[in-house]
Order: sequence, then structure tokens, then C-alpha cells
Amino acid sequence: MEIERRISPDDVVELNPNYHFRWEEPQQAHVLLYPEGIVKLNQTAAAILEACTGSSSIAAGTEELSRRYRRRDLSAEVLKFLEVAHAKGWIRVKS
Amino acid sequence: MPKAGSGLSLDGLGMPLWLVIELTYKCPLKCPWCSNPVDFDRYRNELTTQEWKSVLREGRRLGSLQLGFSGGEPMLRRDLEELVEEADRLGYYTNLITSGVGLNPKRLRALKKAGLKQIQLSLQACDQELNEKLVGLDVFDHKISIARTIKAEGFPMVLNVPVSRYNIDQTEAFIELAADLGVEYVEFANLQYYNWALLNRAELLPTREQLARSEAQVNAARERLGKKLTIYFVVPDYHDQRPKACMNGWGSIHLTIAPDGTALPCQEARLIKGIDFPNVREHGLDWIWNTSPGFNQFRGDTWMKEPCRSCSEREKDFGGCRCQAFLLTGDASNTDPVCAKSPNRHLIDDLISGAEKRESCGSKPLIMREGGYPRRTDVI
Ligand SMILES: C[S@@+](CC[C@H](N)C(=O)[O-])C[C@H]1O[C@@H](n2cnc3c(N)ncnc32)[C@H](O)[C@@H]1O
Ligand code: SF4
Ligand code: SF4
Repeated sequence: MEIERRISPDDVVELNPNYHFRWEEPQQAHVLLYPEGIVKLNQTAAAILEACTGSSSIAAGTEELSRRYRRRDLSAEVLKFLEVAHAKGWIRVKS
Repeated sequence: MPKAGSGLSLDGLGMPLWLVIELTYKCPLKCPWCSNPVDFDRYRNELTTQEWKSVLREGRRLGSLQLGFSGGEPMLRRDLEELVEEADRLGYYTNLITSGVGLNPKRLRALKKAGLKQIQLSLQACDQELNEKLVGLDVFDHKISIARTIKAEGFPMVLNVPVSRYNIDQTEAFIELAADLGVEYVEFANLQYYNWALLNRAELLPTREQLARSEAQVNAARERLGKKLTIYFVVPDYHDQRPKACMNGWGSIHLTIAPDGTALPCQEARLIKGIDFPNVREHGLDWIWNTSPGFNQFRGDTWMKEPCRSCSEREKDFGGCRCQAFLLTGDASNTDPVCAKSPNRHLIDDLISGAEKRESCGSKPLIMREGGYPRRTDVI
């Protein structure tokens, strides 16, 4: 099996294009929808995905989260979650 | 259908997260394991476009998220594109479940434009000859070419393989083909024995040895291919010691609407005699899901008998499949006979041992899925 590269704060990651991430009113939660699957995300997970995927680096997203939630030491927590998300195929590293 | 590991243990807060609409029971193919009712051609009064649209709207209001267009062959409905467009507008994640017959590049592009998100294509064998034997028509080349077009149009795709004694030895060839086609997922769906599959069960059931080999090949391929190809292996429940957590529990997250508008907790449930399943032509979906006796019959665990009633695993598998309990023991509230704790497990063990003693594939004819069954001369 190919060895997975670890994710680093300088990486820019994006949502797997086959996954749809959105707020779902009846569930009062963010959900990830993908071929024949549903994942309901808790608030922390949803906030991280929202802030850290797209066009800016994970570090920049983490800073934004720190500002928003007035917490300093988020980096480890964010990286840990993104590694799990990466292993599950929800996100991919933009080259 | 929900796959193992795809968020199945999800708490849907009592909402029908998975909606499957079977647009028609009609189908040009004749798979002798088809999960459609054996008397499928009796149900001719299919819902109209407007009736389906109203089902879609009501489903979203009840919290449905994943939508499967199935059948029969959904491509036979000329209004499929229109329904997909409506479903996408309403916010569903739309999945098309098809044999590929009736799909062509033009319709694929129209479906893409309508917002279709994903396609599950069934493939029954890795070569033309066996495929024709199993489905009754020469459609192998068409299926392969349409699979390539599906990928070229940028759809994520599941290659679905309904697995029986006949094609299980092609496991590696299927994996190779899937990798070559560039699909994201391949699903080895060991057959579930209801309806047509039940009629042909003695001939279709694979042997223990075949299964063990196939599973080992799947595991080796998972190691080899990693993230490039996700392989689902739907456990053959007869060969297990515990039943499947069928539908994540009756009336828990799954809702099927049959072609004639009958609402079912799973696509097979209408085979259970004595339950009056509600119809969307007569009732609102909200009442059907939340209040109707049919959907409440086996909700939760108060209906359970022993050994399930006092079993510590009842939250894990919900006592197994109600349809299987009905078909094999005559009482839908019995423990699924697949469970080793069921007093009826010997029924399953006998079938498995029987499979070891059969003559070779093809020595007995398969009953192909066709209209007009059961014929007057057949007694079932
Ligand atoms: C009933 S078919 C309808 C859609 C379309 N005609 C097709 O075959 O893809 C839905 C799915 O169920 C699978 N299937 C049919 N009979 C089955 C059985 N007895 N056990 C497991 N899967 C089955 C098919 O391979 C297909 O993926
Ligand atoms: S399983 Fe086969 S016969 Fe049944 S609907 Fe699908 S393609 Fe047709
Ligand atoms: S006895 Fe019933 S609840 Fe317990 S494992 Fe068997 S089927 Fe599941």
C-alpha cells in the first residue's frame, strides 16, 4: 500500500470533490454526503473543515479558528482531525 | 443501499435518511436472483411524474438526505432526468442504481446536467458468455462501454457485483476490471436470498471454500490498491454466525417506495404476509413513516421474542432481518434463523452443507426472472 504522507500546517487541503459538505436543518448539524454514505459531523469537526479546506493553508485556517474561538493551542487538535479526515478520504492535499 | 462502514450506525434522530424510489419493476434483464417480487408484473400502476415529485418533496421535509433511483430498471422511465433535477433542487444526494441498459452518452450528459451525483452500475460477470447466461441478454459489451462513459463524464461510480456460486471465482478478475475502469468503489454483494434468489437458492449459494477464497482475494487487493479502489464485501449472512443489522433496524433510517406507491421499511418487506403497508396515494409520508402500523410493527425492541428479547446483542443487530425470519420460520417476529442462537439455525446449516454436495454449475437450470410467474403448474 502506498505510504500516506503526513499532513503539515503548510499544506493546502480541499474537500474530495465527490463529497458534499453542508448544514442540514432537520439534523441541526453539518453533514458530509458522498456515494451511498452520510457522516454527521460535530461542531468542532465542521468548524475545522469549514476553516481549513479551500484556498488557504491549514496554518491560516487554524489561526482563524483561534481568533474565532479565542483559543491558542488549536494546532495539534486541528492536525489530528485533518489526518483522520484525510485517511477516510474526505479531503485531499492540493498540490 | 447503505454500505457497511458508510456511517451505518448513524443516529438519524428517527428520520428516514435513506430514501429509495423504485420507479418501475420493469426490466429487460432476467437475473435469476432479482430482489424484485416474483409476481412483479402484477404491479403495473406506477406512480406518475407528479406523484413521484410529491414523494420527493415530502421526503425532504421528513429529513431524507440520500436518494436512490432504483427498480426494476430506472432508465426505462423517460421522466428520470426530470425527477433527478427535482431531487437535486430539493437538496438530495442523488444516486442512480442501474444495470446500464437504457443508458447512453446522451442521457448520461442529461443526468449530469440534472444534478445526478453518483452511479451504481451492476455487472454480473467478467466475460460476455457468463454474463449473457446470467442475465439472459447479450449486454456485456454495452455495460463495459457505458462504464467508461460514466467515468469520462466524471461521475463517481460503484461497480456492483451480485455474487453467487456462478461468478464468485471471478473475484480477482472483477477487481482488475474495476481498477482498469477507474471506478472508486467495487461492491461484492453476496446475494440475499429473497424472491427470485430464494427460488434459485440451492443453485446460487456459493460453497464455504469459494467464499473463503474470494474474501482472501478481496483482502489482498485492499492491501495492494489502498485508497485507489475501495472494496466493499457485503457479508454473506448465511455463512456468518450473527445476522446482519438489517436496515439499521426496521423503520429506523430507511424508506423504500415501490413502483405502485407502496411504502416499505425495506425493498423486500412486501413479501411478509399480514402487514398492510401504506401507500403514498392514500396517505402522507409523515403519517406513513411516523404513525402507520406497518412502520411501527418492528420498531424498537418490544416486539422481540426469545432469544433476542434477553440478548445483550439486540442493539447491535436488532434481531436480524424480519423478512428472512418470515420466509424461513413462518413468523416475522422470530429471531433471524441466521443467528447461531436461533433454534432454527439448523435450517441454514443444512443449506450450507447441501451446497457442498451439488453437481457442477449449470447442471440444474436457473429460473430466470420473467413475467407470468408463478405459472399455474409451479407450486411454491
Ligand atoms: C434490483 S436492482 C435494480 C436496479 C438495476 N436493475 C440493477 O440491477 O442495477 C438493485 C441492486 O440490487 C442488486 N441485487 C439484485 N438482486 C439481489 C440479491 N438477491 N441480493 C443482493 N443484491 C441484489 C443488483 O445487482 C442491483 O445492484
Ligand atoms: S437485478 Fe437484474 S433483473 Fe432485477 S432489476 Fe436489476 S437488472 Fe433487472
Ligand atoms: S439472539 Fe437475536 S439479538 Fe441476540 S445476536 Fe441473535 S439475532 Fe441478535
